[in-house]
Amino acid sequence: MSDIEQVPVTLTVNGKKVQRFVEPRTLLIHFLREELNLTGPHIGCETSHCGVCTVELNGMSVKSCTMFAAQANGAEITTIEGMANEDGTLSALQEGFRQMHGLQCGFCTPGMIMRAHVLLKENPDPTEQEIRMGISGNLCRCTGYQNIVKAIQYAAAKLQGRDFQEAAE
Amino acid sequence: MNDMTPTREQREAALEGMGCKRKRVEDVRFTQGKGNYVDDLKLPGMLFGDFVRSPYAHAKVTKIDASKALELPGVIAVLTAEDLKGVNLAWMPTLAGDVQMVLADGKVLYQNQEVAFVIAEDRYIADDAIQLVEVEYEELPVLVDPFKSMDPDAPVLRPDLEGKTEGAHGPRKHHNHIFTWEVGDAEETDRAFKDADVTIKELISYHRTHPSPLETCQCVASMDKVTGELTVWGTFQAPHVIRTVASLLSTIPEHKIHVIAPDIGGGFGNKVGAYPGYICSIVASIVTGRPVKWVEDRMENLSTTSFARDYHMTAEIAAKNDGTVTGLKVHVLADHGGFDACADPSKWPAGFFNIVTGSYDFPTAHLAVDGVYTNKAPGGVAYRCSFRVTEAAYCIERAMDILAQKLGMDPADLRMKNFVKPEQFPYHSALGWEYDSGDYHTAMQKAMDTIGYRQLREEQKAKQEAFKRGETREIMGIGISFFTEIVGAGPSKNCDILGVAMFDSAEIRVHPTGSVISRMGTKSQGQGHETTWAQIIATEIGIPAADIMVEEGNTDTAPYGLGTYGSRSTPVAGAAIALAARKIRNKAQMIAAHMLEVSEYDLEWDVDGFQVKGNPELRKSMKEIAWAAYNAPPPGMEPGLEAVSYYDPPNMTYPFGAYFCVMDIDVDTGVSKIRRFYALDDCGTRINPMIIEGQVHGGLTEGFAIAMGQEIRYDEMGNVMGASFMDFFLPTAVETPHWETDYTVTPSPHHPIGAKGVGESPNVGSVPAFSNAVNDAFGFLGNTHIQMPHDAWRVWQAAKDLGAHG
Repeated sequence: MSDIEQVPVTLTVNGKKVQRFVEPRTLLIHFLREELNLTGPHIGCETSHCGVCTVELNGMSVKSCTMFAAQANGAEITTIEGMANEDGTLSALQEGFRQMHGLQCGFCTPGMIMRAHVLLKENPDPTEQEIRMGISGNLCRCTGYQNIVKAIQYAAAKLQGRDFQEAAE
Repeated sequence: MNDMTPTREQREAALEGMGCKRKRVEDVRFTQGKGNYVDDLKLPGMLFGDFVRSPYAHAKVTKIDASKALELPGVIAVLTAEDLKGVNLAWMPTLAGDVQMVLADGKVLYQNQEVAFVIAEDRYIADDAIQLVEVEYEELPVLVDPFKSMDPDAPVLRPDLEGKTEGAHGPRKHHNHIFTWEVGDAEETDRAFKDADVTIKELISYHRTHPSPLETCQCVASMDKVTGELTVWGTFQAPHVIRTVASLLSTIPEHKIHVIAPDIGGGFGNKVGAYPGYICSIVASIVTGRPVKWVEDRMENLSTTSFARDYHMTAEIAAKNDGTVTGLKVHVLADHGGFDACADPSKWPAGFFNIVTGSYDFPTAHLAVDGVYTNKAPGGVAYRCSFRVTEAAYCIERAMDILAQKLGMDPADLRMKNFVKPEQFPYHSALGWEYDSGDYHTAMQKAMDTIGYRQLREEQKAKQEAFKRGETREIMGIGISFFTEIVGAGPSKNCDILGVAMFDSAEIRVHPTGSVISRMGTKSQGQGHETTWAQIIATEIGIPAADIMVEEGNTDTAPYGLGTYGSRSTPVAGAAIALAARKIRNKAQMIAAHMLEVSEYDLEWDVDGFQVKGNPELRKSMKEIAWAAYNAPPPGMEPGLEAVSYYDPPNMTYPFGAYFCVMDIDVDTGVSKIRRFYALDDCGTRINPMIIEGQVHGGLTEGFAIAMGQEIRYDEMGNVMGASFMDFFLPTAVETPHWETDYTVTPSPHHPIGAKGVGESPNVGSVPAFSNAVNDAFGFLGNTHIQMPHDAWRVWQAAKDLGAHG
């Protein structure tokens, strides 16, 4: 390893407290993937455009490829690995993506779900336009977004105790 | 039977076989972040490799000094072409019959070309070391414009080919010329043009773009020096081909090479070829004896591995006054970049571009393609396309609109008039293909009726009048595309990759308890094979899809196949799956006959088992038969219930579709809005309608991006201008239109289940629809043809040039 001086970071990831020493230049995405073995968040562009690295940090959607791990000191982070229900079943959003065919290659999915998760906290009953605007920082090359929108509508309905009848197109 | 006995319908539904919208099995892991992509792999002692790349598009490399990089703690080695020469790998063969530098050997031919490979303890140190490698360049004149590539004084790009007048595909007529590929009857076509009432001629360019999956190309190579075995995990759309090529290049015996393609984050043609990163990682692992990971970053991906298109097509159509087409003439100038690394079947230097007669009954046609070198990245891959079919479809669909305009005919009517008729199938095209099946008129009529075509034309006319009166600044375009694809490469008689015939394969094993493992030579990158392959097997052998595991991508366990690209999986491997399943069913029938003590001819198949004809209560389910196959087979029969099938297709399949785009354009801003996009696809038998429609949505979105802005552009110095997601247009959910999908079903007559393949149709078919909509909108102002991509600036420019601004 290089001889750059390391700094301590302490943070909470998916409900567990984590303490490590990192190089100041270590990106949060590399910290999550390499140090914590949380490989759900992916790397697609390293320039904040594609959003496949999106995680929830202190209640906000953050692209972890353009933030240093050291900047996340003290933060509370949720990654896709922390999204399933406590009994291990799929959460409403995860189930929505499966039911509505909101994914194909699966590479954007963890970031997309994490973004949708925060979007639904900010706006529990978004319109289609609000969903489209709300996920516009996350790219998908496979689905054309139409069924992703439905997946998020499905989750919004479930979380509010409503049924969502529409089938995937 | 008692009340508890499931009905036939219930048993059928329980299978989740062909035709049902089965939810995807892949999604359980992908929605939980538990996919297994290459970069997720971590091996003990793993090193990281990264490239020093050229800032120049054309230069001599006079010196590489890695000494400072090697002094950096954590740097293990720096490889250059000189090192690779020791193992005869400084150059590698391309799929197109050319050779390509792995690392710069004395010169570079495009910006960001690989110059040296740094191997370090982690990716940060590798990045530091790259900055410390000192390379001296001597700049050379840069050739960017393909139209200038064959000028007498054009710079010599490939001194290694000096004096070579014969290339892999015939004579070379200039030092930057790669091949001329000619098909059809030139004389007959000339005659058609001489006798024509009307002719049109237009240069129609399909610009350079890139498949750009969200996961870039990457691999991990691990050489075990004790056993002499090499394992390579990689983003490979064709893992078996990679194994064969790796064996041929490295001289490691093929059985000692294990290639594994884990989950792939999108491919779209980007991950078919072999790239310098793979070769260097393998060599680095051999040299160091440690695993080596290589991961492209986005800039490297967009600027070096596999561009697509870059075809400049001059199309001419001859026709009668009534609109009947009588001849087609196309010349293509194909920009291949610095090396001809096109990923086509080896005998096809321009892929299947000779499908350019499209859906129309041209009595005669002639095509010539000239491939040339320029100072741009190599590639020419089939970006969600079956080998240059996208370019061909764009060429003919644009040209038909231009002809309609010249004749003063409605473009839909012109198409209807010239379609190949249902009774003409199998149809032999003037450029040599045998179209398997089609019913174009029905599909077109359904599309026109659904979208309300005639009313839209009325509305457009009214808007044009209003525009002329100065009442609106918005104009309206209706884009039509009726495409015929050619997919499913391919029959061994005309399709191979480096001599390997393009068959595909399936292996199915039924376990004693009636569950199944099956493996194929294909490799999903999002297509959902784990779901759909199981549906085919479920229908064929009556075991629920939920009890069938599908595995792809491990060359140790999967039967040899040519992989997934060119919409070939369903036409080729899909057929192999059905045939392997039928072998199992045949054996099961004999076992059932033995169990029921009747002749096998007295049995009939019924959903999930065999029953005695006329006495359906005497039956054996596949589960019961599977147990007997292992534990009580008929005397003299081998135990077990499994089958392998290798399928060499008798012909390609020819999916088709009718796409309509309704677009509104603000002439003062150039901003266009897709009001409606309707896509009718006919891909023959539909295995999983949910997955088909999902693929259509995705392909349409790619086509939208390509037509409306996505481009890999170069400046005159050869600097690549589109190498980040800031500059390279990938639509977000906001720009992406709403898609309407529809279908007709015309099964392929030669495919065991009648399926044709669909993944690429929406990319192939939609680009002409978008472009025709833009061109159609400006037609009443005198426009004939505006080049793609149609981003707002270019549309605004076109409006200005046509006098719409004042």
